Amino acid sequence: MSTTPVLEARGLTKRFPGVIANDSVDLTLNKGEILAMLGENGAGKTTLMNMLYGLYHPDEGEILVNGKAVKMDSPNDAIAAGIGMVHQHFMLIPVMTVAENIMLGVEETRGVLAKLPMLGRLNRRAAAVRIKELSKQYSLDLDPDDYIKDLPVGIQQRAEIIKALYRNADILILDEPTAVLTPQEADELFAIMHNLTKQGVSIIFITHKLKEVLKVADRIAVLRNGKMVGTALPADATQASLAEMMVGREVILQVDKSEATPGDVVLDVKDLVVKTNRGQIAVENVSFEVRAGEILGIAGVQGNGQSELAEGLTGLRPIESGHIQLSDRDSTHFLPRQVTEMGVAHIPEDREKHGLIMAYSIADNLVLNRYYQPPFAKGPVLNQEVIDQNGRELVAEYDVRTPSIYTTAGSLSGGNKQKVIVAREFSRPVKLLIANQPTRGVDVGSIEFIHNQIISQRDSGVAVLLVSAELDEILSLADRVAVMFDGRIVKTLPIAEATRERVGLLMAGSET
Amino acid sequence: MASSTPNEVESKSFRERILRPLAVPLLAVFTSLVIGALIIVFTAENPAIGLDKLGKGYWGMFEGAFLKRNGILNTLVVTSPLILTGLAVAIPFHAGLFNIGAEGQFIMGAFTAVLAGIYLDLPPVIHPIVVMLAGFAGGALWGLIPGLLRAYLGAHEVINTIMMNFIAFALVSFAVRGPFLDPNTSSVQTYPIQKTAELVRISGRFHIGIFVTLLVASVVYYFLYKTTWGFSLRTTGHNPNAAKYAGIRPRQQFVLSLVLAGGLAGLAGSLEVQGLTHVVTTGIRAGYGFDAIGVSLLALNNPLAIIPAAFIFGALNIGGDFLQIRAGLSVHIVSILQAFILLFVAAPSIVRYLYRLKVSGGVAEGAPVTRGWGG
Ligand SMILES: Nc1ncnc2c1ncn2[C@@H]1O[C@H](COP(=O)(O)OP(=O)(O)OP(=O)(O)O)[C@@H](O)[C@H]1O
Ligand SMILES: [Mg+2]
Repeated sequence: MSTTPVLEARGLTKRFPGVIANDSVDLTLNKGEILAMLGENGAGKTTLMNMLYGLYHPDEGEILVNGKAVKMDSPNDAIAAGIGMVHQHFMLIPVMTVAENIMLGVEETRGVLAKLPMLGRLNRRAAAVRIKELSKQYSLDLDPDDYIKDLPVGIQQRAEIIKALYRNADILILDEPTAVLTPQEADELFAIMHNLTKQGVSIIFITHKLKEVLKVADRIAVLRNGKMVGTALPADATQASLAEMMVGREVILQVDKSEATPGDVVLDVKDLVVKTNRGQIAVENVSFEVRAGEILGIAGVQGNGQSELAEGLTGLRPIESGHIQLSDRDSTHFLPRQVTEMGVAHIPEDREKHGLIMAYSIADNLVLNRYYQPPFAKGPVLNQEVIDQNGRELVAEYDVRTPSIYTTAGSLSGGNKQKVIVAREFSRPVKLLIANQPTRGVDVGSIEFIHNQIISQRDSGVAVLLVSAELDEILSLADRVAVMFDGRIVKTLPIAEATRERVGLLMAGSET
Repeated sequence: MASSTPNEVESKSFRERILRPLAVPLLAVFTSLVIGALIIVFTAENPAIGLDKLGKGYWGMFEGAFLKRNGILNTLVVTSPLILTGLAVAIPFHAGLFNIGAEGQFIMGAFTAVLAGIYLDLPPVIHPIVVMLAGFAGGALWGLIPGLLRAYLGAHEVINTIMMNFIAFALVSFAVRGPFLDPNTSSVQTYPIQKTAELVRISGRFHIGIFVTLLVASVVYYFLYKTTWGFSLRTTGHNPNAAKYAGIRPRQQFVLSLVLAGGLAGLAGSLEVQGLTHVVTTGIRAGYGFDAIGVSLLALNNPLAIIPAAFIFGALNIGGDFLQIRAGLSVHIVSILQAFILLFVAAPSIVRYLYRLKVSGGVAEGAPVTRGWGG
C-alpha cells in the first residue's frame, strides 16, 4: 500500500440550521487503502461524504483529487473525478429494474439515432451483459432484470455497489454498507473490497461495527461532534479504545442481563403462512410462542421470511392461513391499529418506508401511532403542546441529536432516525415488543442504550420478539433462539445451547 | 450535532415560517408579469408601440381588477369560487391524490343546489343553508365515485376525475335542455331558485358567499393541521406505508379527501347559483375547477395561502378583460401569465436560480407538491 493521497479534504465546514455538521475537517485517503470512518450518530460522517461526492457544497474548505483542487458542484463532477458512492439510504428507483437503475444517467444507446442526444434506444442488453460481468467478477449475485421494489434490502445494496463500479469509480465511498448485511454477506463484501483495493481502488468505509473496522480497515478516522478527533491504525486499536474515541467516554460493549423469568404466553403463533409481494410463500407454517418476560430471538439470513413474519404479526401484511393469538384474543386478521392498541410495539425493519414521515417534525413522528389518543388529542383536536412536550422529553431521554424537536425527521442522521422510532415504541406501555433490526445503523453508545432498554422491557414483563440479522445481537439478548430458513423455523434453541457455530449452520440450512 | 443553538430554531421565526415559503410564489408572479411584459413589447409592431400597449394594458388590468367602479368587488366575486375549488384540489393533494375533477364537482354542486332551490319550500335563513348543503352533497358524490374507484380498484384518480367532468357536463347539459328547462325564457336555462334560497347581494354582483368561503378555508386549515383527521390524511399523502404502520387506512383517506374536495367544489357551484345566476345554464362551465389547480399550486396547497392565491388569479381574470379594452391586446395574455406562474411554482428551482435563493433547511413541512413514481 502506497501513501499517495488520491482524495483529500482540507478544512471542510458545513453548517445546517442550528448545527455545524462538519467543523473544519481534514481527511486524506491514500491510494489502494481502506479508510474506515467512525463516529457517533450525527457526528457528521454522511455530511462529509456528501460533500466529497458533490451533493452538498462545503461552506468552507477545499477538496483535492490526485493532488488537484476539484470543484464538486454536483455528483457528476465527483463521478467524472472517479468517485462513486453507495448511500446510507439507497438511491434506487423502485419501479425500475436493476439494469435500468444502474444505467440511469450513463445510458448506452443503440439504433440509428444512438449518436444523437436522448434519442437513441436504450441498450439494455449491453448493460445487462456488463452488469452480469461485474457481478460475476465480484461475486455479487444479482439479476439485472429484477425490479428493485421486489428485492430485499440486501440485494438492493448489491445493485448500488455495482452501480458505482459500472461508472468506473476508483474511489469508492460506502456509507454504512454493512448495516443491512448479514455477517456472511458482510464478509463477502469485505472480500470484494480487498479485491478492489488490490486493483488500485481506494475505499472510504463508514460503519458502526467496530469488529469490522479492526478486520478490514488499513486506517481509521474518527469524527466527533463534527470535528476530526484523529486517526488510528487497527494494530494499535481495540474495540474499547475506538468506542471511547468516538463517544468520549467508556462504553460497555457487553450486555449485562440476568436469567429470564418467563410468565404467561403473550404471543402464540400457529401454522402461520404469509406471502411476499409477488405472491410467493415467505412464511411457511410457522409456529412459536413468546412469553411475558422473555426474549425470543429470530435468527436467520436476510430474506428467509423474517420481514414478512414481522409484517404479518403487526397487521401490515395479510395472513394467508394460520392463527395468531395475542394474550386472550385471536388477532389473526387484526388491522395495524388494532394490533397497536392491543399493546404491541413495533420497530419496523425499514425505518424510511414504515417508520417515519420524513417531512414531519420529530415531535409529530414521536406520536405517529398515538396521535389520536389522549393526551395527544382531545376528541378530534390535536394537542400540539402535549405532543411537543412529549417530543422534548423523549429527545432528551433517548439522546436524539437534533437542533430542535421541530426539525424534520428527514434531516436527521441515519442513527438518529432510528432513535426516534425506538423512543416512540419504548415510551408507551406494551405487552409485546416486536423489534426488527432495532439497532441497525446505530452507534455503539446507542446500541448499549437500546440493548439495555430491551432488557429492562423484558424484566418488566414485556414479551419480546427480536428479529435481527446480527447474530451477535441475537446471542447477547435472546433467551431462546429460533432460526428461520427458507420461510420455516428450523429449530428453536434455549440460549445455552445456541452456540455461534450451531446457529450459523442452522441459518445456512445445513442442519435441522 | 456540534454546537447547536436551540432557541434560534425552536421558536420558528417569522422569517422562516412566513417569509421563506412566500418567496417562490411571489417571485413566480412577479417574473411572470415581467415575461408577459416582454411578450407584449416584442410582439407589437415596434417596441415603441409595444411599450405604449404595455403601459395601457397593465394599467388597465390593475384598474379593472382593483380600482374601477366595483373592480375590487368583481375580483372578490370570482375569488370566492376559486378559493373553494382551490381547496378542492389542495385537500386531495395532501392525501397524495390529484383532483382534476373540481370543474365537474362544481357543476354537479350547482345543479343539485338549483334543484334544492327550486323544489324545497323553506323559510329564508334555513333555505340558503339547505341549498348549500345540497350543493356540497352533489359535489361530494362526484368526488366519492373516483375516490372509491381509486381506493378499492386502484383506478387512477386523474383519469377518473377527468371522466367525471365529462359526465357532469353532459348530464347537466341534458337536464338543462330537457326536464328542467324553463319554458318561460328564451335562453336555455333551468327554472330559477326561489327567492328564499338566494344569497344577499351587498353591491352590484358582490354577494355574501365569500364570507362563507373564508370561513370554510379557515375550517379546512384547522381540519388539516390541528385535528387528528387532518393528521391521518396528511400522513397518508406523505407516506402511505408509514400511514398503514401508524394504523391509518389509506383507502379511507383517499375516499374522504375526494369526498371533501368534491363537496367544497360543489359548495362553490351552489354559492355561484345562489349569489349570482339563480339558474343553471349550459354556460355554468366557468373553468374555475381548472384554474383551481393553479391556485392550489401557487399556494403550495396551504388552505390559508389559497385565499391570496385565488385573489391573484381572480384579479388576473377580471383585469384581463381590460387588456383588450384598453390596449387591444388579447385576453390570452392572461392565460400566458397564469401558465408561467404555474411553471415557476411547479419548478421552483428556476426561480431559486434566477434570484439566487437558498433552499430552506430542515424546518418546514408542505404537502408533497409533486409526487414521484410508485405510490
Ligand atoms: N439536510 C440536512 N438538513 C439539516 N440538518 C442536517 C442535514 N443533514 C444532516 N444534518 C445534521 O447534520 C448532523 C450530521 O449528520 P450526518 O448525517 O452527517 O451524521 P452521521 O455521522 O452520518 O450519523 P449516522 O451515523 O447516524 O448516519 C446531524 O445533526 C444532522 O441532523
Ligand atoms: Mg450517516
